[in-house]
Amino acid sequence: MKPLAPVSTPAKVVLGLLFFVLFFAAWAWATLGGHVSKTFLADPLTMIEDGKLLITKQGFLFDIGMTIWRVVGGFVLAALVAVPIGVLMGAYKPIEAFFEPFVSFARYLPASAFIPLLILWAGIGEMQKLLVIFIGSVFQIILMVAVTVGSVRRDLVEAALTLGARDQGILARVLIPSAAPDIFEILRLVLGWAWTYVIVAELIGSSSGIGHMIIDSQALLATGQIIFGIIVIGVIGLVSDFLFKAANRKLFPWSFA
Amino acid sequence: MSKLLIENASRVFPGVRGGAPTRALEPATITVGDNDFVTILGPSGCGKSTLLRLVAGLDTPTTGRIMLDGKPVTRPGPDRGMVFQSYTLFPWLTVADNVAFGLRERGVPATERSRVVGEWLTRVGLTSFANHYPKQLSGGMQQRTAIARALANNPAILLLDEPFGALDNQTRALMQELLLGIWERERKTVLFVTHDIEEAIFLASRVVVMSARPGRIKADVPIALPYPRHYTVKTSPEFSTLKARLTEEIRAEAVLAAEAH
Repeated sequence: MKPLAPVSTPAKVVLGLLFFVLFFAAWAWATLGGHVSKTFLADPLTMIEDGKLLITKQGFLFDIGMTIWRVVGGFVLAALVAVPIGVLMGAYKPIEAFFEPFVSFARYLPASAFIPLLILWAGIGEMQKLLVIFIGSVFQIILMVAVTVGSVRRDLVEAALTLGARDQGILARVLIPSAAPDIFEILRLVLGWAWTYVIVAELIGSSSGIGHMIIDSQALLATGQIIFGIIVIGVIGLVSDFLFKAANRKLFPWSFA
Repeated sequence: MSKLLIENASRVFPGVRGGAPTRALEPATITVGDNDFVTILGPSGCGKSTLLRLVAGLDTPTTGRIMLDGKPVTRPGPDRGMVFQSYTLFPWLTVADNVAFGLRERGVPATERSRVVGEWLTRVGLTSFANHYPKQLSGGMQQRTAIARALANNPAILLLDEPFGALDNQTRALMQELLLGIWERERKTVLFVTHDIEEAIFLASRVVVMSARPGRIKADVPIALPYPRHYTVKTSPEFSTLKARLTEEIRAEAVLAAEAH
């Protein structure tokens, strides 16, 4: 193999699928071959059976819907608050000086550690789940957006100045459009993290959602269901990633031209 | 009368971490007449770009002042159009929208805007690329767009900071002819910074030679070659004489600059 040499599209697809095949083969070998106890790890066939049952008999689709709703809800709230603050911080240094130390501190507070507190404040209803996602996402988005906006090419700003742009024009017609694709990319990344927060939120004091199903299944030693739940999360993540990338291409054709 | 007056303008950058301050530009005095095409020629690091940035208002002189049409320069403005060495087209705007940028900022109505944009795209030969994004253009095309963008704004003076520095020789020669052609028709006042001796002579009605750092003005050479100039002038005896003279002036400075680094 030559370093950095490109790979053809068909080869890329085959190689990508090959790993999944090997992964399932190793799993099947370990479980169906009797090398691992069924109590600890269900085999792939049981997992698929359990998945079918979950969806047809136990209303798992409702759980999936609830989880997606929580992630999207909390994430959209966080983005609505964080993107404007991040943009202003990136553009105006006094605003950055005001927010940055606190946000940097808050970023390291683990969202899951807030769950007991949030249950006290907001109960175990939807508000609490949304708040976990919100706290987990908002500070990350603020900081990353601020850095992105703050590092917009200086020469583009200078070019705009020599063309007669003033403060508002620089912000609205240089900084924001220039940073927009990267801001979109940040949102895609943080949405992935939001998925880990929602599951944690659902593991504690919840009566619906994928996380709730997983913790219920643990009590029943239904490892097949647990694995099915985890795979569903992975698939949803892949789909949302794909949608984000497609939207990015659609919205910002210039950065892919 | 003088269009642009640079009076004792200097720039000293403060020292980094207690180091000695950098004297980028010694007090310089230059007057540029209306409709003049002045090139500032100097070795790299001589402060010629600093000087241009002072005129643009992107930087403030440590001492001295800069007057354009009798008014002091305090900040960047649309009366001083600038073309940079790096490609500074806005990548999210099409060629046409890039050229329209300054007009839009100044609130020029859409119909007038598209008329001016159309005119300038024709002049730089990019009409068929109006809806392309900068990434889809070659370096030469990007700089042509940048020139159109600066001139569409109808500035009082056009500032160019080694605009063709990153282009290959053939493209560069064509760009020089294009710029000269535009100037011969428009007769805008132009201040053009370069380290290329031939370029400096071919374009200018006057060449200001700068010394190595700390930059100061070393010579001010009028170029008496008649306009309109054809590229063949580059092989004329007068051109060679000028080139020999400027080469001497610059060489001593380049040697000094090389020793300083």
